[in-house]
Order: sequence, then structure tokens, then C-alpha cells
Amino acid sequence: MPYIGSEDTVRDLRRVLSNPNVQSDQLRYRNTILKVIRLPSLVEYVEQPLTAGLRDRAACVRRVAVLGWAKLHNLQTNSEIDAAVVNELYSLLRDPDPVVMVNCLRALEEILREEGGVAINKPITHHLLNRLKECDIWGQCEVLRILQRYRPQSEDELFNILSLLDVSLISPHPPVMAATLSLFLSLCSGLPAVGLAALERVRGPLLAACGNTSREMQFTALCHIQLLLRSLPGLMGEHYKRFFCGYAEPAYIKQRKIEVLVELVNDDNVAILLDELRGYCTDVNISTAHAAISAIGRIGRSYSDKCLEILTELLGLKQEHITSAVVQTMRDLVWVCPQCSRTVCSAVEGCEAEIQDSQGRHALLWLLGVYGEQVSSVPYTLEVFIDGVRSEASVGVKMELLTATVRLFLCRPAETQDMLGRLLHYCIEEETNMCVSDQALLYYRLLHCGIEETRKVLQCRRSDPSLGVLIGRPAEPINQWSYIFNTLEPLRPGAIETESATIGGSPEHMTFDPKPNNDLSDTLSYSFGKTVRSGESEHVQCPTIFRCSPQSLQAAMQLVNIQTLAFTPPHTLPWRVYLYTNTQNKHSADTCHGTLILGELLYTGEEIQKKSKDEENVGVEARQDKREEEREEDTAEGRSEKERVKKNTAEKGIKVTLKQQPRDEKALKGFLSVLTTVLHALSSE
Amino acid sequence: MISQVFILSSQGDHLIYKDFRGEAGSDVVNLFYEKVTALTGDQPPVVMRHKDVHFVHVRQGGLYWVATTTADTSPFTIIEFLNRLTALVKDYCGSLSERSVQMNFALIYELLDEVVDYGYIQTTSSDILKNFIQTEAVSSKPFSLFDLSNVGLFGAETQQSKVAPSSAATRPIQSSRDQGGKSEIFVDVIERMLVVIGSNGVLMKADIEGEIKVKCYMPTCSEMRIGLNEEFSIGKSQLRGYGAAVRVDECSFHQAVRLDEFDSLRILRLCPSQGEQTVMQYQLSDDLPSAPPFRLFPTIERDNGGRLLMYMKLRCDLPPKSAGINVSATIPVPKGSVSLSQELSSPDQSAELQPQSRAVVWKIPRFPGGTQLSALFKLEVPGFSSASMLEVGPVSLSFELPKITATGLQIRFLRLSPFQPGPAQRWVRYVTHSDSYTIRI
Repeated sequence: MPYIGSEDTVRDLRRVLSNPNVQSDQLRYRNTILKVIRLPSLVEYVEQPLTAGLRDRAACVRRVAVLGWAKLHNLQTNSEIDAAVVNELYSLLRDPDPVVMVNCLRALEEILREEGGVAINKPITHHLLNRLKECDIWGQCEVLRILQRYRPQSEDELFNILSLLDVSLISPHPPVMAATLSLFLSLCSGLPAVGLAALERVRGPLLAACGNTSREMQFTALCHIQLLLRSLPGLMGEHYKRFFCGYAEPAYIKQRKIEVLVELVNDDNVAILLDELRGYCTDVNISTAHAAISAIGRIGRSYSDKCLEILTELLGLKQEHITSAVVQTMRDLVWVCPQCSRTVCSAVEGCEAEIQDSQGRHALLWLLGVYGEQVSSVPYTLEVFIDGVRSEASVGVKMELLTATVRLFLCRPAETQDMLGRLLHYCIEEETNMCVSDQALLYYRLLHCGIEETRKVLQCRRSDPSLGVLIGRPAEPINQWSYIFNTLEPLRPGAIETESATIGGSPEHMTFDPKPNNDLSDTLSYSFGKTVRSGESEHVQCPTIFRCSPQSLQAAMQLVNIQTLAFTPPHTLPWRVYLYTNTQNKHSADTCHGTLILGELLYTGEEIQKKSKDEENVGVEARQDKREEEREEDTAEGRSEKERVKKNTAEKGIKVTLKQQPRDEKALKGFLSVLTTVLHALSSE
Repeated sequence: MISQVFILSSQGDHLIYKDFRGEAGSDVVNLFYEKVTALTGDQPPVVMRHKDVHFVHVRQGGLYWVATTTADTSPFTIIEFLNRLTALVKDYCGSLSERSVQMNFALIYELLDEVVDYGYIQTTSSDILKNFIQTEAVSSKPFSLFDLSNVGLFGAETQQSKVAPSSAATRPIQSSRDQGGKSEIFVDVIERMLVVIGSNGVLMKADIEGEIKVKCYMPTCSEMRIGLNEEFSIGKSQLRGYGAAVRVDECSFHQAVRLDEFDSLRILRLCPSQGEQTVMQYQLSDDLPSAPPFRLFPTIERDNGGRLLMYMKLRCDLPPKSAGINVSATIPVPKGSVSLSQELSSPDQSAELQPQSRAVVWKIPRFPGGTQLSALFKLEVPGFSSASMLEVGPVSLSFELPKITATGLQIRFLRLSPFQPGPAQRWVRYVTHSDSYTIRI
């Protein structure tokens, strides 16, 4: 925002600047420079005073002059960088005033931005480290941040630096502590053990920051603790009481604390923790109450009895939002712990009257459909739902109702036949929503095929197929998150994915949400029809994959959040698998739509050359698409890529054809690498 | 790197707007206010973004203090800076409020000019700043006769002159220069208690977070020595002797504090700079040196008419000479409670039912140590079921305990050396707040 200076001001400033001893009056100099820097018309008058200012005796003049050069550079970005000034600034790194030194770093960073910022070599690093103590906390943070670019030449040097930094690691000032840890992690990226030891070291200061008087600082510290816990789950184990919520704390802090508490559960503290969490379930803030209820559900995966007891007790409160949240939590819990189904079934009986929101009804209907034979009153409950189907607004609930009723019909035909007929009739004849009526038609025709066929299709899985493969969350390597440590990223809502997001995704639950459903059907018609927006094909070398059982394939895919749509039986040729995944783009909060990837795996065995020409309409189209794109980007690279693809085809690879909407190159690449890893892992088994 | 700093009132009025780098327009101010007011209760407000502009803000004194920055900036630094800025404004203007910021806008712009240059934080030390800040603070407080009451009648030592009014420490630091303001120094020991007491009366969690703050109004700084209790110990291993040891788990000091006499004599030496600073911070977890200050004995039952009867007995276990003030107990009650009738033991207490927060708030202005108060609340709850009892409790208390520290930390002496020529007044104040004091039922 340049100041609009009047004629008089400009003339006045010119006069002041023409005075050769302008810097003799320190305060006046500072004020003049501060103003001038915003008036591009005065640029030529400023250089001389700035040069003189760099050599002034008063530190405050030098501070202003140093940053003045950065401002001047940004005012005329296309001009040449004056080497003399840069040298002068480098030599001022040895200035006795620490603020001047830090300002030099900042100015050089800006002036030399195109060359990658200020050059950090060994002498400069050691000089900065030695003078670190003289700086105030702001200067220290700046120096520590810039030093992240330095790579020590030997291990000895590295450890010398680390021991120098050890004092700042436990600094009582959170900014210094965070900047030091960030530097530590970047210096020891090759030494995970040292990194973990550093995390242990900052535990004290981080916990202290959680008790800071400023709520905002508490929140920042909590978010960063969540990051640390990803690599070192046991870090805060014995300090779990520090994360108990205070009565007057705002909801956002409470919810973060609840998330942390879930991570800290162990055999010793589970009783106390659950007792504490139960208190939060009746919180006035509804979302805090929900967070607490689902936290209990997540703890229930390891301690199901105690948690179910609490959840059942909460149902007794007969409050809409609590009941709905509890039923959803129970559904998620049953999905991973099928052994609690009996308790859950007896608990959810009779709570349909309280649930008003569609998500809660979803969950309830799923439970009733899957465990229909265990609950005696299910037919009556469903009948109430079916009678009210006309006034039901949510598409998802209607679809779930259809599925649940058909499922119930399979195990209790006599009681259900009549109402199923009514429901199908309504949905086929009167329902205006395409999804619902299509599904009703599907079930109607399926029932025509006979009860056994229906059973085959609808016999659903009652538990997570990946169960037993994954116990608890494995500790991530520090590198996974160290690049966002001490940035604004961890403070974003949803930046740190919770466990439920990675594990809870089952195909059953996916279809609960009506919105992705609609998306999905749209995209399906899109991509398997003629209009392919973007496609990519790639070959993966694992020919034995088609022999593995569909169950293990599905389980493995679900571990990495890929859902399988359909596959051919094993040992048949050509062997195909269709799969899809929804990726959320976590790096940009504005575009929260994410992208949908559809994939086809094709293994044609020996006759690959002929078959591929006959059958691969989709693949060919996609390949053309790709060719065009690659031509746009880099022709030579594209050609070599294609050649490699061809060679792989000759060697009996699995052909992977991917389609994506909307386009997101990065997500596609990531997906492909994950898929390749999974396929390799499977075929090596 | 900070691109802009602005201060908004809670109604969204622009009080201060300063652009350091000219990268984003001033329309982001309105954008921020729209975003912050549109938040639903459960979203964390601290960081928000709009395209490339990232807003980081803190709320202090009912105002929004906002900085805009880029994504890779350290949140710790920005938040610490904003907190420091509020502290500086408080030091220079006397208090933090919309009015004081409005009246002193020139001073605040001057401060911002000195503190940040081109988006880089230069210095926030009041020692350096005092050389540059020229503007005098405009005090929003009208002249009050109460200030005169400090002058002893005919020079007699009255009780009044031994106690400074609580507002004494909320005046701008600059005015001491020529208004003939007294050169005073205030030392506050402030502790916050985080306590959870189980339904069986067992102490489940007891943390104390404390700090020693020094607020200095002396134009020339001299060395100050603060003597703590001699039996003060840090960490679990150093327990020595019986009884009176004052123990804390962790302790950290301001970087200006010299600790050469701390190990042997428990003396902190420092040259305080003008304004307020936190000299020492300490924590004590899971251990209270004395009994928790308040205990509650509740009895909750239903009477024949379907009403909920809550009989609360609250006991204050402080020493008899001290008292808790502004005690307020919040008792969550079942949803749908419609009316409250109460029987309180004295007329200065009050209780009311707050339907939106689903709680009964029982206020006790003064609660002397060693006494016990009781109250009977009768609540009309339509549709009362046995499960509704679950919704009653836990009770949370908020209170203030003047002249008491929960850890027992005391300041033995406060010496200024070399001896000040003028009359330098030294004040020490102890207070314990309840950060979160919860009693389960």
C-alpha cells in the first residue's frame, strides 16, 4: 500500500535525503526511510542514504537501512542485484548488534530469493549458532529457521550442532522450542533415533505450553502434540491427566484434547479416562458431546465391555442428539468388533423414536438389517419406518431401509413379506428419486431370481475384512509430518486425520452417505461411457496376483482405502478387477471436493497381444488420452514412457487403467504408487 | 513474516490497521470479520485462510488482534507475538479495552512501527522501546478521589497506606515520567488450580500452574532481588525434611533472571524493565500441599411430586482468616428443567437457572475459611427419568483466593539495590484462581 504523497511531502523528503549527513539524526532518518520506501518515485534518492546508513554508528539506523535494501529490491524487482550491497550485507552478519545481524539474514533472503536465499555455509552456520544466545526470541526463531537449509558435512559436526542447540530445545518460550525442534528434525532426518530422543526432550516444554494462559497458544501446542503422537504414541502416556478438559474451555480445545486422550489409553488409565470422557458426553456443546461419544467408541475397539456399558447408559438419557451419536458409534464399533453385536442389539432396541437425524437412522437401519435375526422387535420397527417412508426426506435412509428390509426378509420371511411388498411397490411406483427406485427395481428382480441368489448378493459382511491385520496404529516415521511441523498446517480443522478416517471406511458405510452415492453414479456413467475426461494406464509386474483369493485382495485394498467394485473369480482369464477410491485433497482446504479415481486391473495372461486389441476399448481410449497429454508436457519423455509400457505388456504385466475426476495429477500418482505396492505385496505372499 | 496487523472491536469496528508489506488489500479486514463471525461453535477459530491470506488471531480484552501471514510461518511465533503486543499495549495504555485502544491509536501505531519493520519482528523489549516511544498515553480513567485516599491523614500510618488499590497496577507505564507518578514496583504471584475431585471425595487430579509477574513503573532500572521461601524445592527428588517444604515439579525463568544465588538462598536477581513481565513460571502436578480449598457434599433425590431435590453442602477448607471471593458453582441439570426454587443460607447469595447452558449457577460473593454453606434447590423437570440423574453434575466452581498461594510459595523479601534515592514503593500480591475446579457427583 504505497502512501500517496503530496507534492510538498515529496519535495520535503527529497530535500532531507539530499543532505549528506541525513543519518546524523537517528530518529529522523528512520522515519524518513520508512516513508520513502513506499514512494517508488523517490527510489533514486534513497540509495545514497541507505549506503551511508549501513555504516552508521547507531544500531537502530543500521537496522532500518539493512531492511531498507530489501524493500528497495522489492520495489524494483527486475533490476540487477547489486553485488556490492550483497557483499556489504554479508559482512554485516558480523555486526555487534544481534538485530542487525538477523535483519541482514532477512534482507539477503529477500534479495537473493531467486538464487534460493542466503547462502548458508559452514562458517556462517557456526557464527550464527555461536551468537544465538545474544538474540531475543524473535531473532532466535529466524536464525533457527534459516539454518534448516544447512547440511552438516560430518557426523561430528552434526552432533556438535545438536549439543549446542540442546538448551534451546527446552526453552520456556514455545516459539524457540518449536523452531529448534524443527531444525533438529531436519538435521537428523537420517537418524531417526536422535529425532525420537528430541521428541522426548520437548515433552516438558510442550506440556507447559498446553498450560499457557493464552487459549490460542494452548490450541497450537495441542495440535503439535497430535503430530508428535503419530510417531511416538507413548510420548504423553503418563501425563494423560494434563489433557482433561477444563469446564470453561472453548469447544475447539476440548475436542482436540478428547482426540489426544483417545491416543493415550492404556490398561492402567482406561477406567479413569472413560470416567472422564463420560462426563463430556453430556456437554452443552453438541459437537463436543459427539466427539466424546465417538471417542468412547474408538476406545471400545480395545476395551469393548466397559465402553458398551457407558454407551448403553447414555441411551437411557433419551436425548435426540446423544442417542443418534451413540447409535452411529455402536455401528462403527460392531463393524470392527463383531463380538459386541449381542450387547449392541439389545441396547438399540426401542431407541428408534428418539433418532431424528438421517445419519442416526442410517446407522440404526444398518444395524437392524444386519442383525435382524437377533432382535425380536425388528419387524415392528421397520414397519414404522416403512409406514413413514412417504415423509422421509433423506435418500440414503430410504436406500438403507430397502436393503435392511430385504435382508430381514431373508432371515424372517413370514413376518416381513407383506411390508417388503408394500415398500417395493411404493419405491418402484411412486418414488421420484432415481437411486431409490433403481435399487428397489434391482431387489425386485433379484428376488425373482430366487432366494438363494438374493442371499448370495445380500449376504453382507458383518465385520471389517481387514480385521486382525492391523492392530492399533503403527508409529509413523517422523519424516511423514516433520515438514508441516511449526507451520499453520496442523492447526487446520481435519489436518490430522483421526483413526476412524483411515480404518472405519467400509463399503457398507460408504453407501450410507447419500451424497457420495450420487456422485459415484454420475461418475460411473461418465467414465465407463464415452466421455473419458482423463485416463492413465500403467503396467504392474505381478502376474501371480490373479491367483489370490478375492477376500484377501479386498482386505488388502481396504487397508489402503481402496474399494473394490467387482472382480472376476480367481484363475479365470482375462482376469479383471474394478476398483475406486475417493481421495480428499488435504493440502488445500478450499477445494474440499476431493477427487474420485476409478481403476481397472486387467490380466490377460499369454494371449495379451491379441486380446488387448479386441477388448480394450477403454484402455485404448485412455491411452490416446494420455498420449495427447504427454505430448503437451514433454514429448520425448512421453515416448520413452510409452515404450516402456509396451515392453511391460510383452512381459505379462497387469494392466492398470485409471480414470479420474476432477483431475489431480498428484493424487493420481500417489494412488498408483499405493496400488503398485499393494499388488506387489499380495503377489509375493 | 507478518503482512498486516489489525485490531478489531467485537462489533467489527476497525480500530487499528497497519500494512507492513503491501501484499494484500485492506479489504481482508472485513473478510476476516465475516469469517470469524460465521464460524459455528465447534470450529477452531485460531487460524483461518482466504486464498493466500492466512489469518492468525488471538482474543484479548474483548478485541480481535489479527495478523495476516503466509502458510509456512510458525504459529507459535505469531501467537506469541500477538500476545506480546497485547501486553505492550496494556503496559503503555494502562488497560486493554476498546476505549483505551481508540484513545491511544497514535501511540499504538508508533509502537507497531518500532516493533515490526517490513513484516519482521524487531524487538518487543520495553527497555529498548522506551527510547523511541514519544507519545504519552491518554488514560481513560477519570480522576477519582479514591487516589487521594492513599495519602495518610496528617502523615499518619493508616491501614489505607499499606494497601494499594487494586487499580494501582493498571496505569500506563509512561505517565510515571513527568506526572510525578510514584516509582512503584508490583510483584504478583498468581496461581491457577486445575482440580478434579471424584464423587467419593478422592482427589483425582490436582495441577497448579503458577507465575510470578513483575510490573515495574520505575524509570531507571536497578537490580531487584526477590527472595522466595527458603524451603522451596524443584522436582521430586529434592524433598528435604518434613512439613513445610514448598515444592514444584517444573520451573522456568525469564531469560533476564540471574540465578547465581538461587540454588543456595532461593534468591532471584533481575533488572526489571519497564512494564509487565513474567519472571518465573512453575507447575505442580498431582499433588497439593494442603487440602483442596472447597469440598461439596451433594444429596440428590426425587420427591413425591416428581421434582428434583438437590441439597448441596459446600465447605471451605481454607484457614479461618482467609476467604474465597466471587465463588460461583455451576451445577448442570437435566435438559428441560423449567423452574427453580431455592433455599439459601444467607441473603447475599444468589442462584438462578440458566436454561441455555442447562445449569444452575449459585453465587457466593464471600466465603470465609472454615465455614460451611448449604443450599437446597428444587427443580421442576417434566419427563424426568432415572437416567436424567446422569445429567446432573459434575459441579464446577470458579473462585478467587486473595492472599493465598496453593503451593505455599511466598516472597520473603523484595529488595532494590542499590538503594533508590526516591521513595520506591514495593507491593506484593498473592492470588489463586480456579482455572478449572470440578467436583463430580
